[in-house]
Amino acid sequence: MKTIHESQRAMRAKRQAAIDRGVVAVLDIGSSKFACLILRFDGGAMPTGDDGIGSLAGQSGFRVIGAATTRARGVRFGEIHASPETERAIRTVVQAAQKMAGVRVDHVIVTLAGARPRSYGLTGEIDLDGTAVTEADVGRVLSACDLPDIGADREVLHAQPVNFAVDHRTGLLDPRGQIGHRLTTDMHLVTIDATAIKTLCHCVQRCDLELAGIASSAYVSGIAALTEDEQELGAACVDMGGGATGVSIFLKKHMIYVDSVRMGGDHVTGDIASGFRTSRALAERIKAVNGGVVATGQDDRDFIAIDEADEPGAERRTISRTELIGVMRPRVEEILEEVRASLDAAGFEHLPSQRIVLTGGASQIPGIESLAERILGPYVRLGRPLRVQGLPQAATGPAFSSIVGLCLFAAYPQDEWWDFELPTERYPARSLRRALKWFRENW
Amino acid sequence: MRPLMIRSSGTRRDPAPSRIRYRLTRLWLTPLFRAALLKGVPILALGLGVWWYLGDPARLDDLRARIAEVRRAIEERPEFMVHTMEIRGASAEVDEDLREILPVDFPVSSFDLDVVAMRKIVEELDAVAAAEVRIRSGGVLEIRVTERVPAVVWRRFDGLDLLDREGHRVASIAHRGDRADLPLIAGEGADEAVPEALAILAAARPVAPRIRGLRRIGARRWDIILDRGQIIRLPETGAVDATERVMALDQAAELLDRDISVVDLRDPSRMVLRLNPGAVAAFRSLRGLAMNEDT
Repeated sequence: MKTIHESQRAMRAKRQAAIDRGVVAVLDIGSSKFACLILRFDGGAMPTGDDGIGSLAGQSGFRVIGAATTRARGVRFGEIHASPETERAIRTVVQAAQKMAGVRVDHVIVTLAGARPRSYGLTGEIDLDGTAVTEADVGRVLSACDLPDIGADREVLHAQPVNFAVDHRTGLLDPRGQIGHRLTTDMHLVTIDATAIKTLCHCVQRCDLELAGIASSAYVSGIAALTEDEQELGAACVDMGGGATGVSIFLKKHMIYVDSVRMGGDHVTGDIASGFRTSRALAERIKAVNGGVVATGQDDRDFIAIDEADEPGAERRTISRTELIGVMRPRVEEILEEVRASLDAAGFEHLPSQRIVLTGGASQIPGIESLAERILGPYVRLGRPLRVQGLPQAATGPAFSSIVGLCLFAAYPQDEWWDFELPTERYPARSLRRALKWFRENW
Repeated sequence: MRPLMIRSSGTRRDPAPSRIRYRLTRLWLTPLFRAALLKGVPILALGLGVWWYLGDPARLDDLRARIAEVRRAIEERPEFMVHTMEIRGASAEVDEDLREILPVDFPVSSFDLDVVAMRKIVEELDAVAAAEVRIRSGGVLEIRVTERVPAVVWRRFDGLDLLDREGHRVASIAHRGDRADLPLIAGEGADEAVPEALAILAAARPVAPRIRGLRRIGARRWDIILDRGQIIRLPETGAVDATERVMALDQAAELLDRDISVVDLRDPSRMVLRLNPGAVAAFRSLRGLAMNEDT
């Protein structure tokens, strides 16, 4: 447990160093595209209030000065599959973004879509002797959470305190200064495959970059695509990416659940390619241009030409749009069913608000909204990421939810477990105080 | 499965930079490196080039000679040449002197004329109080001179000097008669007290025809020398006041017309008169007479 603490703290220190220097890169390693934004922190408008949120919902402290995307290589299901390929893709995208920004970046914050995230809810409890809660007490109660068996080769990605209770008052965002006898906390722990992180570190280091943070893609998409009210009242964000679909549930502005479905838009493309015997590139284009999930009578008369212009000897074929929809719909349904299962497992139906936000590149399929309403629930909307300063127009679509969310995450990360002091580090001070007390009483 | 055929177009080959290229790009984006390369290297190259070029003494001399040649060509343009010297406000003697001491061979380029140094030379002349030296348009070197006006003649062991009001030497003369209009002073350090001497002379105007001159005693006080060997010894301080007292006495009691050799005013509280020997005898006889009358 100590090692996680230390490695995560090291990443936090690097993030702070990067922000002090003023430039940090955020990198979304997706299954269909890599996106990289370079952020410049100009120091102003950092959070000043007690709620930790500055003006403009915390987006005003930075500016996007470089942006680049490239076709993904070597990534499957949101996990790095071919390390050298991925490394080259990272180089491409980072170099392009650097070129646009005109500055060199050394620190990069990365988001991963896959690697089997698993979330755990932990509870910790300590006794207070009727004194006000201090930051050290928060650290103590977080350490008092009994860690579940997360399994071998798993690593903690996020460990966020989502709720504090002092005696019988629950729902406290900040327990400091509260006076009581018992401090309880609920912590949300997200673990992912350790090998995925190690591979990622290796790739990033091979690019001469320093890893200043890792975030779950589902989580950061939720930050970007959900409105503040949705985050407060409870909502699920479904980030439909290329190779994996991330599911995250927010309540009271905290992520309380995260999961990933190992299917995405690339599988739809694969179905089209196999169903109509075309190349993947053509299938991808057909999907993007003519795709859909709800067939109407008009679609029977709507024919799509499949001409592989550069394939010698290929005959010119046409398919009707209904056929295309007939291939796409089952796969999209399957993905949404999986999401449904994941939400059910999380107990989403018990939340006060049943809002579901679809985002990510695959959420752009026409008609997916009505299909999702049928499968997931009545309150579905399509989400686009927040507008951050300096973001190019090309990067404002739903496919960029996670990278935009990562910007916000980079600028204003939520307090995590490792942001608080470990209680063991407090012991010397306490024993010293005890010794002083003994002296005062006996002399 | 991947398409087996290599497509010339379709999916564009992704231009992933090689590791070296990526590193070079990053290096290029490093501000310090960039500044060093963009500014440091050219400056260094230029510096090395110049150093190498000037390293050869023959080339350096050649360069110097060429620069000097160009310089000369510009300086010797007729626009910059000075042909004549014009001296204003100087008497004929001073004019002659100036032309003698100023080492200028006309025509000369105005760049070669050092007017400041020339002004210094001109002002070093005793007869010159102040001078302006300038090069006027039309190639004329103009020297405006303010001469010193001689106020007294100073007799020294080795000759006669003319001094101006401040005691600065103006010129030498051979005979006192050359400047009989000016008063005569004499003695060690007399030139340092010329203003006082002039004030004394102004105060002694009533007896001006009789004044032969002033004599500085011990470089601290003045004697007025009158004809018939009469001497008025003035105190160190308040010499003018003392002179005025003597003049008043002279007016009231015709002091200086009497047979007195010395009027001593050095002690301000009492004036001492010294009579001539004949007068002493006459005085004594008069007193004796009086005493006899008394007895």
